[in-house]
Amino acid sequence: MSGHPAQGRIPEADAEKGRRSMDLLDPLLLARWQFGLTTLYHFLFVPLTLGMGLVVAIFQTTWVRTGNVKWLQLTRLFGKIFLINFAMGVVTGIVQEFQFGMNWSAYSRFVGDVFGAPLAFEGLLAFFFEATFIGLWIFGWDRLGRKLHLATLWLAWIGAVMSAYFILAANSFMQNPVGYRMADDGGRAELTDIVAVLTNPVALATFPHTLFASFMFAAAVVISVAAWHLARARNEEIMRPALRFGMWFMLASFAGVAIAGDQLGLQMVATQPMKMAAAEALYNTACGAEASFSIFSIGTPDGSSLIWSLRVPYLLSFLSTHTLDGCVEGINNLNAEYTENWPMFADQLGGDLPFAPIIWVTYWSFRWMMGFGGLAAIISVVGLWLTRKKATRTVPQWAWRVAIWSAPLPLLGSLVGWVFTEMGRQPWIVFGLMLTEDGVSPNVPGWSVLISLIAFTAIYAILAVVEFGLILKTARKGPDPLPAAGDGDTADDNVPTTVY
Amino acid sequence: MDLAYLWFFIVGVLFVGYFILDGFDFGVGMSLPFLGKDDVSRRQIINTIGPVWDLNETWVIVAGACLFAAFPEWYATLFSGFYLALLLILLALIARGVSFEYRHQRDSLRWKRGFDRMIVIGSALPAFLWGVAVANIVHGVPIDAGHEFTGSLLTLLNPYGLLGGVTTLLLFFTHGVYFVALKTDGKVRDDARRLATRSGVLTVVVAAVFLVWTVLHAASVGAPALLLVIVCAALAAVLLIASLVANARDREGWAFGFGAGTVAFAVLTLWLALFPNVMPSTTDPAYSLTIENASSTDYTLTIMSWAALAFLPLALAYQGWTYWVFRKRVTRSRIERAAAQVH
Repeated sequence: MSGHPAQGRIPEADAEKGRRSMDLLDPLLLARWQFGLTTLYHFLFVPLTLGMGLVVAIFQTTWVRTGNVKWLQLTRLFGKIFLINFAMGVVTGIVQEFQFGMNWSAYSRFVGDVFGAPLAFEGLLAFFFEATFIGLWIFGWDRLGRKLHLATLWLAWIGAVMSAYFILAANSFMQNPVGYRMADDGGRAELTDIVAVLTNPVALATFPHTLFASFMFAAAVVISVAAWHLARARNEEIMRPALRFGMWFMLASFAGVAIAGDQLGLQMVATQPMKMAAAEALYNTACGAEASFSIFSIGTPDGSSLIWSLRVPYLLSFLSTHTLDGCVEGINNLNAEYTENWPMFADQLGGDLPFAPIIWVTYWSFRWMMGFGGLAAIISVVGLWLTRKKATRTVPQWAWRVAIWSAPLPLLGSLVGWVFTEMGRQPWIVFGLMLTEDGVSPNVPGWSVLISLIAFTAIYAILAVVEFGLILKTARKGPDPLPAAGDGDTADDNVPTTVY
Repeated sequence: MDLAYLWFFIVGVLFVGYFILDGFDFGVGMSLPFLGKDDVSRRQIINTIGPVWDLNETWVIVAGACLFAAFPEWYATLFSGFYLALLLILLALIARGVSFEYRHQRDSLRWKRGFDRMIVIGSALPAFLWGVAVANIVHGVPIDAGHEFTGSLLTLLNPYGLLGGVTTLLLFFTHGVYFVALKTDGKVRDDARRLATRSGVLTVVVAAVFLVWTVLHAASVGAPALLLVIVCAALAAVLLIASLVANARDREGWAFGFGAGTVAFAVLTLWLALFPNVMPSTTDPAYSLTIENASSTDYTLTIMSWAALAFLPLALAYQGWTYWVFRKRVTRSRIERAAAQVH
């Protein structure tokens, strides 16, 4: 990868830099906060859509195949939670697409030729598909045959999964740009190979990692709701199978997350070694036993004031190269390398380590991501043991409480995972091609961004309270009693009509 | 480069789709205070678009994404330039979308009334602002040599832009009320037909002024497609009047169909008046964004063309099927029965 001439605005950007750092109305800083906030907020709803869509589809399939009404009751209950959540995912998603142009217009001009295509595919293939079939599923209970109605949910879910793939492929271009060339005037990146963009090795690893993490969150919600009812000895014949299903689903998904995460780690070392170095706060290149992984450290992980850390020798080498005697490049070494590759960007950024992200953020978010995910999996292992068929004692109340409160763990893991991967990419907006500070809209004043940031924060906060309250209410109310299944000719006989 | 011209029209068609579909959603939402006398009738009205509002709103995401992919410069200039207007549209769409989903979750009148209000505002604001935005695109806005918009929100609130906003507001309102008449029964349906006549007359007057102004503007800037602009504007006017006649004769399907045609030809009028620019600059015509200087590379457009060719007809087919599945009227008794089931 060679250095490309930077965007034409460098002199002004330099002149502004001193002023900027002190300015509360700094459009760049505000735009970054807004993108981070709205993206993480959007991602509160995405995992439940991807994961719960599958869970509900599995429940409904089981009902259609067995005719056992308890699976219909589970379908209806978790279907309601799925839908309360779905609307939020849709409306917060529009913000994401508009925001590229609104706040990151220079970025949009620079990458639009490449980055726009996966977004357009996402819309044409995935969003239309998802939105059409979700509407058919919600309102089609008494209008479609039972099997056709079931098919609409699977199709909606497939649409959601496709949309996840395309948006992750777009994001992967920012992490690891492929399939492009620079325009002759250096003004923009131009698409040369769409297949390369869509089969970006980073996308191929990120996609299953994100998808399985989403399944973990859906599993955690099922576990939590079931545990709440079981702890009160309510709806036991329905909630017990739901609990066991949730815990097995959690473990299977965790295995998927771990395997895909391992692959993603290898890709990260190959394409963004700085991110891996920042994940471990490894300042100087280390090999073999020296390439250790610190589980925990006290003091600041910037290397200067480390008091104590618990380290596993060889582990970082193994994670990065799958060998015990591999070498992992350090932040200082990589920074020197990058400075040589991109001298203009180094000058523009300034400082001692211009190409390093904020190390404490990457170091801790990497650990919290794995910690939250691992903890959720461990809780399921214990839970499966406590609720096994041959168990002699009843499940203690503390265990129910742990299960109930474990619901947010995988979601928190996903969120800090995104913080890690996006903050770890800094100072780049597109790795090696464009700096984040060059991507922001130059003509949107700070006060405009401040208004939108306040507006989004306020409306999102209110909606989060309403949404959480509604999900809680639905979950506590539990399954609707339904008329006995089975003897009618049409679905109309045993499923309720859905209306707003 | 020819593909860029094709994509100018594909993006136009996507916006036509969006304005026809979400247009009647907006109208249905705005009609609540006029037609929803009690909770059952309000639910009847909301449920006419229940299965499709999300799908209809998806059209703006697809149109926006295709605009981004096919014309990155246009997307960047437009979205950063019209920042606050688009922010208001986004906030309104958020409020409206969640209201459909949340309104029926609690059986309290206060709760429902709050969300009803959000549906009305969340429908009216975008219906107005989309018109302001598109009218300003056609009219031209201050754009500098670097393709950056140099105005503010107030720049957009000029007479032509405001008239464009009022036109879409009224047009979507009437179009949505036709849809309510087509999809409900009883008192709501009768009221809707009467309301459409009243709002329709007002729409004809405002839309006529706006269309004439648009034609005059196109003539004054020497639009190369002027003849087509005039034809489309005339067709929009004829279809609007035809929809009113059909409504007066209780032909609700025809009224709605003509209403959709009005929206389509009104958007086409604006699109053709814009051609071959995509965002003319009032600062200096040399700074204008055009189909040629704002588009993506031929390679990108070729791939996009194949994707659109393969998936747009498919999307239209399954979306059409959805409307077929939900073709029945939302009757008062159905709402009452469903309400009884819950309690």
